[in-house]
Amino acid sequence: MAGIGGAETTGKKWGWGLLNAVVVVYALVPVLWIVSLSFKSSKTLADGNFIPREWSLENYQNIFSTSEFTRALINSIGIAIIATAIAVVFGTMAAYAIARLDFPGKNLLVGVSLLIAMFPQVSLVSPLFEIERSLGLFDTWPGLILPYITFALPLAIYTLSAFFREIPWELEKAAKMDGATPGQAFRRVIAPLAAPGVFTTAILVFIFCWNDFLFAISLTSTEQSRTVPVALSFFTGSSQFEDPAGSIAAAAVVITIPIILFVLFFQRRIVAGLTSGAVKG
Amino acid sequence: MSQTTTEDTTTTGASPAPVAPRKKVLSEGKKAERRLGWLLCAPAALTMIAVTGWPILYSLLLSMQRFDLKFPDRTEWIWFDNYVTVLSSPYWWNAVWVTVLLTVVTVAVELVLGMSLALIMHRALVGRGIVRTTTLIPYGIVTVVAAFSWRFAWTPGTGYLAEALGGDPVLTEKIPSLMVVGLAEIWKTTPFMALLLMAGLALVPDDLLKAAAMDGASGWQRFIKITVPIMKPAILVALLFRTLDAFRIFDNLFVLTAGSQGTSSVSMLTYNNLIKGLNLGIGSTMSVLIFIMVAIIAFVFIKLFGTAAPGSDDGGKR
Repeated sequence: MAGIGGAETTGKKWGWGLLNAVVVVYALVPVLWIVSLSFKSSKTLADGNFIPREWSLENYQNIFSTSEFTRALINSIGIAIIATAIAVVFGTMAAYAIARLDFPGKNLLVGVSLLIAMFPQVSLVSPLFEIERSLGLFDTWPGLILPYITFALPLAIYTLSAFFREIPWELEKAAKMDGATPGQAFRRVIAPLAAPGVFTTAILVFIFCWNDFLFAISLTSTEQSRTVPVALSFFTGSSQFEDPAGSIAAAAVVITIPIILFVLFFQRRIVAGLTSGAVKG
Repeated sequence: MSQTTTEDTTTTGASPAPVAPRKKVLSEGKKAERRLGWLLCAPAALTMIAVTGWPILYSLLLSMQRFDLKFPDRTEWIWFDNYVTVLSSPYWWNAVWVTVLLTVVTVAVELVLGMSLALIMHRALVGRGIVRTTTLIPYGIVTVVAAFSWRFAWTPGTGYLAEALGGDPVLTEKIPSLMVVGLAEIWKTTPFMALLLMAGLALVPDDLLKAAAMDGASGWQRFIKITVPIMKPAILVALLFRTLDAFRIFDNLFVLTAGSQGTSSVSMLTYNNLIKGLNLGIGSTMSVLIFIMVAIIAFVFIKLFGTAAPGSDDGGKR
């Protein structure tokens, strides 16, 4: 679309427009397909057409009428938000210390979090399965929140310490020289500068928790704490003669909405967060 | 001055009393900084150690026991018998080869595609915002959702791809299934690779490229002789992250094939033994073996990195 306007002026712009179109189609086709599937009526579900021949909301009505989906949605939202909040608070504290303070053991902490970032998660599943069963954490919210925090922390620490290193900390001193108390200097000067980094990290961590499947399927066994990705893989349709594809597609679209919103509104921040954490960190 | 402070830091715990007042102020500040540092890091460090440290040791212990939750009273200490069982199992070796094959092929394709995408995003004259926004969608979307989209696309009757290609059930044979899994994996993770590479591209000075162009270097020569060498650290970081991530492939396989027709990855096989088979001993043995393989991969990469390892500049800068 963007290329058409420039077509009259230069062929180069046309070329770029074409390339852009290829990329956009590549990225969007699988997403549009699942959206299309979710709006197909049960009669036309298996017609193999990319665009629905008959639009209907019945798949959405079906999933929102079962606790199998609504309960899973509540679990997903609750678990992801709590894990994100804790990981970001712990990560902010640690990243501040890493970026600003000098203390023995700092490199050890950085090393350990790097190790955890590379850790094969499946290796933790077997011991955690047994440990959580004996502690009564199996199939509970905390049973999922704990591993999520652990694997989100390296991401949070890297991204945040990269952001914190960019903050002009002399401003804090300057504010104090001008008579601000340490509390005021923090609230008026440092917090506004640090907030974008913290916010970006929160988005990345939330996406990570929202996406997890391995822990969620291994450490839960009932509706009580099953998250949506897991519930999806157990959908069987409301009767045994019904193809669950429609319900799965509708539920899939529902959990994709927050991701699309994040991407649309915070595109710049997500890119900055991903690249700063991974390359400079 | 600096000498006294270093002395103070080495003897803090032992004899804080006989220090002169002025030095004491300094060492107090130093000590307070350390204490604050430890205090701020404690919650993160303790959580990470509690959730990974003990479980790793525990899985070592579990891997040396016959421990099947279906027959809990037959639990016994059998040393390395589980390792012998796993390492002599054709299923295990098949899973290892499937995982290695998927990792090598997908990461190689992602590097090429990711580099092209990074160049498009970096150099685009028009529509840069649209491209960046849409490529973030595969990165952000829940893997299980994307996997279901691919599964339905290839389901005969239902799917547009299956219909377009004659309606053969591709997900019922080993090699076609693995190709579909690889495709799904590449679609989902190429944007992440591209973003990491784009950060590397931003480090290449434009003047240098222009100068080379003036001297008559072709686009390809400029790319190979200037861009790639400068980007090398970024390329290695991207490869390391993606290789380790690809090696743990699970979600896509679970939804697309569930490990049937010999398409299990090592993670999938471990899950099946552990959660479906409830065999903690064998499951833990596989966990330990996967851990060792990942450690070897990481070690090789870090050898290649040298000083470019992520996190290594933390010690120097503060």
